[in-house]
Amino acid sequence: MKNSFLYLSCILVFGVLATTGCKPKGTGSAVAGDAAQKAFVPPGKYDEYYNFVSGGFSGQLSVYGLPSGRLFRVIPVFSVDPEKGWGYSEESKPMLMTSGGFEPWDDLHHTELSQTNGEIDGRWVFGNANNTPRVARIDLKTFRTAEIIELPNSAGNHSSPFITENTEYVVAGTRFSVPPDFANGDVPISSYKENFKGTISFISVEKETGHMNIAFQLLLPGVNFDLSHAGKGKSHGWFFFSCYNSEQANSLLEVNASQRDKDFILAVNWKKAEEYLKAGKGEKKSVKYARNRWDEKAHTGVHEILNEVTVLDATVLQDICYLIPCPKSPHGCDVDPTGEYIVGSGKLAALIPVFSFTKLQKAIAAKDFDGAYEGIPVVKYESALHGEVKKPGLGPLHTEFDGKGNAYTSFFVSSEIVKWNIEKLEVVDRAPTYYSIGHLCIPGGDSKKPSAKYVIGYNKITKDRYLPTGPELAQSAQIYDISGDKMQLINDFPTIGEPHYAQAAPAELIMKNSLKIYKIEENTHPYVSKGEKESKVVREGNKVHVYMTAVRSHFAPDNIEGVKLGDEVYFHLTNLEQDWDVPHGFAVKGGNTAELLIMPGETQTLKWVPKKVGIYPIYCTDFCSALHQEMQGYVRVSPAGSNVPLTFSLGKNSDDPKANSPETPK
Amino acid sequence: MKKILVPVLLAGIFWACGGNDSSQNEASGEKPQSMVEDKEAYDAKRGVGKFTTVDVGATLDKAMAANGQKSFDIKCASCHKLTDERLVGPGWAKVTERRTPVWLMNFMTNVDEMIDKDPEVQAMLEICLVRMPNQNIADDEARNLLEFMRENDGVK
Repeated sequence: MKNSFLYLSCILVFGVLATTGCKPKGTGSAVAGDAAQKAFVPPGKYDEYYNFVSGGFSGQLSVYGLPSGRLFRVIPVFSVDPEKGWGYSEESKPMLMTSGGFEPWDDLHHTELSQTNGEIDGRWVFGNANNTPRVARIDLKTFRTAEIIELPNSAGNHSSPFITENTEYVVAGTRFSVPPDFANGDVPISSYKENFKGTISFISVEKETGHMNIAFQLLLPGVNFDLSHAGKGKSHGWFFFSCYNSEQANSLLEVNASQRDKDFILAVNWKKAEEYLKAGKGEKKSVKYARNRWDEKAHTGVHEILNEVTVLDATVLQDICYLIPCPKSPHGCDVDPTGEYIVGSGKLAALIPVFSFTKLQKAIAAKDFDGAYEGIPVVKYESALHGEVKKPGLGPLHTEFDGKGNAYTSFFVSSEIVKWNIEKLEVVDRAPTYYSIGHLCIPGGDSKKPSAKYVIGYNKITKDRYLPTGPELAQSAQIYDISGDKMQLINDFPTIGEPHYAQAAPAELIMKNSLKIYKIEENTHPYVSKGEKESKVVREGNKVHVYMTAVRSHFAPDNIEGVKLGDEVYFHLTNLEQDWDVPHGFAVKGGNTAELLIMPGETQTLKWVPKKVGIYPIYCTDFCSALHQEMQGYVRVSPAGSNVPLTFSLGKNSDDPKANSPETPK
Repeated sequence: MKKILVPVLLAGIFWACGGNDSSQNEASGEKPQSMVEDKEAYDAKRGVGKFTTVDVGATLDKAMAANGQKSFDIKCASCHKLTDERLVGPGWAKVTERRTPVWLMNFMTNVDEMIDKDPEVQAMLEICLVRMPNQNIADDEARNLLEFMRENDGVK
């Protein structure tokens, strides 16, 4: 009986497997055929693309390879990173300064690669801070944050850091309208409609250096600016922003900002704004904001506070701004490679409206308006509309383009990517994502020249995609091959933080510029030691400056005495190596900061305030050679008022006959 | 019964999922390179690198030697003494007598390949255990260092 039951069950299981075993159903089996070969990058081979992925609430930016999904680097941007000493070393602390002091964290939502003539040029990648409004520029020679600029009169900088086709401007906008900094902010929240304003900042980017400067801010009605993209080609000179909460609700926005059938896409004629600026129509406002730049020769961040910004009131100055009605709280606002089509994605809508730049221009010229909203003309919906994609899915969010006349839109609610033809407004393919996709990325997918081999979906929900790790899971991303007519899922990889937008660029565009070392001869750090001969310890009052060098595998000096309680010790470490991939690390027992990680030719400083008398070991934290474990030293801390003289040495052992060898540093 | 059925069941799964690509581990067509060097071809007097001959004068070029000392202080002194005493690497005394000028020039500018190929450097590595770092020494910088080594060895 027992045996026949087993037999029966086996037959049943076998039958089920035989009939359904290979059909893509559920989560694990949607990968078919040659997917593994398409995603496999053999050991020692390079990926085809760099993928610059926003780190969301980690505040950082991570760099992956495509199609392998391998993680190469996490670039610290807005949040401290003890692994790299970012925000802990004396040199990097200024980079995280704001008008309100040191900010150790932010929320990086979008990445945008710099462009020349509407094509990715591989020079910089920008990132936005959503909490304390800032924009960062990361240098792709060094993969380091090179500049961070704060935005006054702003809150929740979400519609950022999108750029114009020659990187003339990076934009930033208020997701949370607030009373401007130059007005009294101590007002009842219920006075939103009267006192709260939106602003959009145009940050100019200096062509050679990349230096950022707020060229002007547009003063706008208090709504929530969500996402944006610049016009290109025929629409160069314009910028488009989605906005929601045209109801101007200040509480329970989930319900109260979803009342109207349509919110808006704001079309900004920034060339017109430039004319007003030139004509002196801007108003200089007294504000306070930070700008922090990294000096690559001095290996130091320089923090400054700026006190003025020029504001253009777009509700008074004519012809800068127009509003286009857009259904159901639009989120994504994307412009196709030709610059003709503007895709708005109403996140609560079951259709995708596509606007025509040509029709918009005609409507504006003919004053084909449906009244005004807070002083800004509202273009008639139908007059600007190219057409609607009907029933594409539920909850459209973002759109990227393949340069072959197709758009790829992510659908959060129905959890899929939908490919559709822009001209015909017809759906041509759809692929499920796991699960609830947010942004998506095609290399160059928001530029004039997409490199449409892959589309990557960045999902909000992970659930059962990977081995469980308790309540908190990494966010999942999926890569689809789009070189054929059908999207094909080929790879799946976990990501850092919560990725929002990401961009990708061909590897050869970036890797050829990658720096290997900092030249020690060019180091202008005020506390550099160019060679062990220059290593020393200097007391200035209660400050002790240690000029220390690191080379495989010792520090110079490595024995220091004469430090007293009450002293502030500054270890200025210079890495004397001039070889690629030989950083040295530095840590001191009881240091209340993080380690230093010093690249070849660089100088970095760790501040240490000893709290107890004793002997404190120092050591190298980054495995550097066969004798890495020997790369250590000692610092003696004596009581305050002690008469132990300040001395330092290398190679002097107490019972060492060579202790007085003339070649060893004093 | 149970024992027989398990393999049958497994076979069924494989059969059911047949058609999977089994060639994904095929070699990419590249031939592995031989790890064995052709020892005959190695010129121990010249080493390996871009230099085939290096002309040194009968007397010292003092300006070059002075520049060489500057580079020594920044890039070499952490590991090399000017005496015959070993620190991390060997002392520099009499190095210009142990090695030819062209060998020294190639070693300074082509460190990694020289460490991998030169038998005497290999022997030295067994003593020092730290590979000499590639300090990105430019050609003229290497020449200055050579002149400084000559000065250290008593060339006037």
